[in-house]
Amino acid sequence: MRITVSVNGQSYTRDVEPRLLLVHFLRDELDLTGTHWGCDTSNCGVCTVQLDGVPVKSCTVLAVMADGHEVTTVEGLERDGELDAVQKGFVECHGLQCGFCTPGMLLTARALLDRDPDPDEARIREAISGQLCRCTGYENIVRSIRWAAEAR
Amino acid sequence: MQVPATFEYERAESVPHALELLERYGPEARVVAGGHSLIPMMKLRLAQPEALIDINGLADELGGIAVEGDELAIGAMVRHTELLESATATDLFPIFRDAERVIADPIVRNRGTVGGSLCQGDPSEDLSAVFAALRATAVIQGPGGMRTVPVRRFHQGPYETAVEPNELLIQLRVPVAAGTGSAYEKVERRVGDWPVAAAGAVLRIEGGVIARAGIGLTAVGAAHFCAPEAEAYLEGRAPDEEAFAQAGRIAAEHCEPHADQRGPADYKRHLAAELTRRALARAAGRS
Ligand SMILES: Cc1cc2nc3c(=O)[nH]c(=O)nc-3n(C[C@H](O)[C@H](O)[C@H](O)COP(=O)(O)OP(=O)(O)OC[C@H]3O[C@@H](n4cnc5c(N)ncnc54)[C@H](O)[C@@H]3O)c2cc1C
Ligand code: FES
Ligand code: FES
Repeated sequence: MRITVSVNGQSYTRDVEPRLLLVHFLRDELDLTGTHWGCDTSNCGVCTVQLDGVPVKSCTVLAVMADGHEVTTVEGLERDGELDAVQKGFVECHGLQCGFCTPGMLLTARALLDRDPDPDEARIREAISGQLCRCTGYENIVRSIRWAAEAR
Repeated sequence: MQVPATFEYERAESVPHALELLERYGPEARVVAGGHSLIPMMKLRLAQPEALIDINGLADELGGIAVEGDELAIGAMVRHTELLESATATDLFPIFRDAERVIADPIVRNRGTVGGSLCQGDPSEDLSAVFAALRATAVIQGPGGMRTVPVRRFHQGPYETAVEPNELLIQLRVPVAAGTGSAYEKVERRVGDWPVAAAGAVLRIEGGVIARAGIGLTAVGAAHFCAPEAEAYLEGRAPDEEAFAQAGRIAAEHCEPHADQRGPADYKRHLAAELTRRALARAAGRS
């Protein structure tokens, strides 16, 4: 089936099988390997991307379901060589160690701040509660997102 | 890597179109809404539909949350997040807020739908208990037109519902009455998990006595996700702690929980009693 998906503002048309998952479309067809893939069971959240601005787990969305829609991956956060505030926050507050969960965390954080520019800690913890980080224990991730909120 | 088996994919452009596609592909076709039950099952090859009819394009037609007369109407394609954030729904029935806050996680809630949850018919599903407590009605459309089924007759067994392969769930309708309080209590192993057990309560209190009680239970093997014996016990009584504790005991007696990785049967039965008691007390406080 022929689909056209806008990813990070660029339009891509590809022939795909209906059973292709969005995560594999992004990684294997478009070479956008910033979107990670972990549990395969919709639990870990490392595959999170934005679909029309809304965070979704891309291992549980078919690529054909994104036809005609807009996807944002971690590659799309940077603008004109300038990192997004949430990316800067993760740098400033040591919000990552191995980086495996980081792309999904960044996209969830961006979507949260777009809706609620000044979320408190409880709200941040709630927003990332569908995403697992094996490294930092969340403390610094929460601080990073707060940093981005304050930097606005 | 988990990959679904091959299937045909069709996008429905309207409800009649969806019904026509279901008719054309026959009983081996499945509707896909949020896909958050179906796609994981297809990845594990527990489901291998020959065709998927995508109804995400019908989000407007099958969406919306609104009071219509003396009922609250909730479209089948309403996503969990939308229900959680709907002041119309959660002001009338705080049970929706209580339950939605603990269904899966915010990202799963962005995709999963109310209709998909009910149609999945999972014996541990949270909204089935909520709508059973609320005595909601399911509106179903098929080739012969519309029909309605009380949610308490919607589930016919594990993963089996009243919706025929050539039909669509369109909407849930919840009766609205003054003096109604509601609440939901769930015990889960960790954030975003399915319930070990959960109970919902809806109470209408008139003149200091319980005029109508609704109790929904999930994950504990309660027939049709409700506890009619406990409801009957409560009606006409004063809404006090003793009555709520007794109702919890009656509800638990009529459950048939199974031991699994979430806990032994007696623990789940204990939870059914205790969560029913707590939900009733909170519902009474909100009436
Ligand atoms: C990680 C994770 C955690 C979860 N935790 C919980 C939890 O704690 N509690 C809980 O209750 N649920 C939980 N869920 C389930 C989730 O809430 C449901 O999967 C989801 O909401 C089902 O809705 P859907 O729109 O994704 O359905 P789909 O997967 O699209 O469909 C499910 C079934 O319903 C059918 N269907 C869908 N819509 C219609 C319709 N309108 N008419 C007829 N048939 C239809 C489909 O054909 C399919 O058979 C969890 C899911 C995940 C992935
Ligand atoms: S890989 Fe998608 S949620 Fe884990
Ligand atoms: S930084 Fe390693 S998993 Fe989160």
